[in-house]
Amino acid sequence: MIRFDRVSFTYPGAATPTLVDVDFTVPEGELCLVVGETGSGKSTLLRAVNGLVPRFSGGLLTGTVTVGGRSTALVPPRELADVVGLVGQDPAAGFVTDMVEDELAHVMENLGVAPDVMRRRVEDVLDLLGLHELRNRPLSTLSGGQQQRVAIGAVLTAGPRVLVLDEPTSALDPAAAEEVLAALTRLVHDLGITVLVAEHRLERVVQYADSIVYVPGDGAPIVIGDPGKILAGSAVVPPIVELGRVAGWSPLPLSVRDARRAATELRERLQPFTPPLPSAPAHGEVVARVSDLHAGYGSVAALSGIDLEVRAGEVVALMGRNGAGKSTLLSHLVGLRAPQRGEVRVRGEEPHRLPARSVIRSVGLVPQDNGVLLYHDTVAAECVAADRDGDLAAGTTRAVLDRLVPGIDPRSHPRDLSEGQRLALALAIVLGAEPALVLLDEPTRGLDYGAKQRLITMLESLAAEGRAVVMATHDVEVVAAVAHRAVVLAEGEIVADGPARDVVVHSPVFAPQIAKVLAPETWMTVAEVSNALASTGEGH
Amino acid sequence: MSSPAARRLLHPGAWWVWAIALAATALRTTDPLLLGLIAVVVAFVVSARRTDAPWARSFGSFLRLGIIVIVIRVVFQMLFGVRVEGTTLFTIPSVTLPSWAAGVSLGGPVTAEALVDAACQGLRLAVVLLCFGAASSLCSPYRMLRALPSALYEAGVAITVALTFAPQAIIASRQVRDARRLRGRADRGVRAWAGSAMPVLEGALDRSVALAASMDARGYGRRGATPRHRRRLISGLMLLGLCLVAVGAYGLLDASAPAVLRLPSFIAGAIALTASLVISGRGVERTRYRPDPWRSPEWIVSLSGLAALAGIVMAAHNGAVLEPSVYPLTMPQLVPLASAGILAALLPAWFAPRPPTLVEPELGDRFEVAA
Repeated sequence: MIRFDRVSFTYPGAATPTLVDVDFTVPEGELCLVVGETGSGKSTLLRAVNGLVPRFSGGLLTGTVTVGGRSTALVPPRELADVVGLVGQDPAAGFVTDMVEDELAHVMENLGVAPDVMRRRVEDVLDLLGLHELRNRPLSTLSGGQQQRVAIGAVLTAGPRVLVLDEPTSALDPAAAEEVLAALTRLVHDLGITVLVAEHRLERVVQYADSIVYVPGDGAPIVIGDPGKILAGSAVVPPIVELGRVAGWSPLPLSVRDARRAATELRERLQPFTPPLPSAPAHGEVVARVSDLHAGYGSVAALSGIDLEVRAGEVVALMGRNGAGKSTLLSHLVGLRAPQRGEVRVRGEEPHRLPARSVIRSVGLVPQDNGVLLYHDTVAAECVAADRDGDLAAGTTRAVLDRLVPGIDPRSHPRDLSEGQRLALALAIVLGAEPALVLLDEPTRGLDYGAKQRLITMLESLAAEGRAVVMATHDVEVVAAVAHRAVVLAEGEIVADGPARDVVVHSPVFAPQIAKVLAPETWMTVAEVSNALASTGEGH
Repeated sequence: MSSPAARRLLHPGAWWVWAIALAATALRTTDPLLLGLIAVVVAFVVSARRTDAPWARSFGSFLRLGIIVIVIRVVFQMLFGVRVEGTTLFTIPSVTLPSWAAGVSLGGPVTAEALVDAACQGLRLAVVLLCFGAASSLCSPYRMLRALPSALYEAGVAITVALTFAPQAIIASRQVRDARRLRGRADRGVRAWAGSAMPVLEGALDRSVALAASMDARGYGRRGATPRHRRRLISGLMLLGLCLVAVGAYGLLDASAPAVLRLPSFIAGAIALTASLVISGRGVERTRYRPDPWRSPEWIVSLSGLAALAGIVMAAHNGAVLEPSVYPLTMPQLVPLASAGILAALLPAWFAPRPPTLVEPELGDRFEVAA
């Protein structure tokens, strides 16, 4: 269905090619998962399927990409709209109209589908993706998961035989991600659509994949094959596969269901051990205190009556649906917004009343799109500017950066760094001024497992230094690994606040994979399990 | 009158005809009374018939923009305007410019006549802006875009991208301002603005390109099997028609234009446009999903706008004073025929169907959330 025949691609002005001799075929009706670090060329690969690369990106593409028997060299993307549906990383950026129903019909209008067929297909897609209640809503009022489903529906109405999705769930909370993935599997199984999907959170999608295309980046050859085989040889794997390795299972499990069936014996072996206890409440001084905070945008209430204390030395995970108010709470803590009612105090001061120069000494935020923090040409220039902004001794920021991730070339452009390196740079800029409270908004977005592991180490050392860390995240695996305390927001209110283990383990939505496999015992991470097994010399 | 139960969105074309007719009416006069009347009529209809969707709030921004336009016009008149004799209110120190800049005056005595003139001119522009603001908050610009013929592909992409550029730039500038504060830099003042201009433009441009790519990937502007020569014929006719219509519209608005540039040019342009649409329609590659119907409310709305235009044209024909003299200053008179026409444009406030509720979630949604 999709065929890449010795495809190489170089962006205009780039010294090295992004894709080198890519050669693979995705047969009809397969769900093929594209994995690799951000910046490795995954998005480029996906956008080459319908010819947006090179037609919209510029650059030089050699070799041929054929999809549904048509070569992208001969026809522009718009003539392929009935064969390939492409959904980009940010669905909202691709919306052409402003109402759900119009958006779904847009592609069919362009294709000249007959009006009665259009009516029927719109109804079908509304049902298929569970959008019927949203049909008359303006797109800008939808939540992230709803927008993503509308974006999928908007290409699906054309009846494409290939669907290409770039990180469809990376911005979504676990429940919304499930919603989107369930819709996708239904498309593959019921309609036989060929799906090519890029995703970092393997634990979410690997169980649905028929094959994996691994893009290592830096021009190294692409590997394609069966998920089990590729993961068996891979250094970075989802927790469930790691558990399989620790327990010595073969074949390795890819879904919670497989693992649970294989785990009977492991659960028995773990019987004598007690899982680690929930972490005790922190006793450090109170760094931030939020009392009765109300906030909103226009007439919509985003936060209603939040009470929260954050103490030195603890890592707090802020969880909840998209739009539950997590980012709003963080922006109040850092003083970007002033409370409508109630009070926010960080080290006794109200952050929104302080000048920018003094705020950064008590609280720092790494925003979700950390690229907005960076606007210089080189890493070195960013570090120098950060020293100057914060009146720091020359070299402070660079020293922090080297401690987080050593060996980043000072001459490289921040945009060319990998996602993990860029996060480290943004974090270094924030940490240079030594804030007592560090806030991170969705830090794991776009990180592969290796980069996530480094982030976990960074956060642990921050907490050990006595800083307070608050991290808004959907990533339950990272919460399981590093958070002491979890706070769950819903509809602008705190619905749960307690030790992370207590909060997440029994939640069907927030429980990490290991907890699901080993329930009712409250193990959360592979490290805990392997430590327990190793303590008796039983480990493999 | 249509039953109130039939809530629906009016055909976007009807609102645009109404708004453009009112804008054209405003362009024919500098009488502050008539201009004020148009502004009130527009604001009343908007408040009666706009939806609860986010874009419907844009009217307020257009109102602010209008006020800024008036202020700028007056300030420029005070600083650089042509000096006219009259009642001097106060004097701004004047700067003697070198001989090569002769003809440009800077500072000098400010007269009441010049100020009133500038304010009226500014008001006229502000009211025109308000009319467009009304159209874009009564029906979203995209709905109008949907009604565009496929022959206008490039224009369609450009318009869509332009429509999203401003809101995107606002989002981007907020992000950049926040980011500056997070880095401990001043987030207000001239330096902050200068420092954030580039990232804001870059971000908004990136998004615009992403949107254009998405439109293309979804088949916007597909030409299918239309032969190349026919495509050229269609584009050529379309371009010619648009130019003629533009010239004709200018002629109709400017009473001093030569006669051949007025109605004849307008009609010729309209014929060329229609021809190009008919030809492109034959190659049918586009269809319309649930086309908006054009029923009696649409007729009432568009005709009520045209009534305002007709009223002022007839009043001018009868010799009424639509541009009251400012040298010397005279009290403007309310022209009865023109006022009656403008008041007719109030009809949509009652005769246009009420828009459906868009944002407020229905009961079913709430139960789902609670469950």
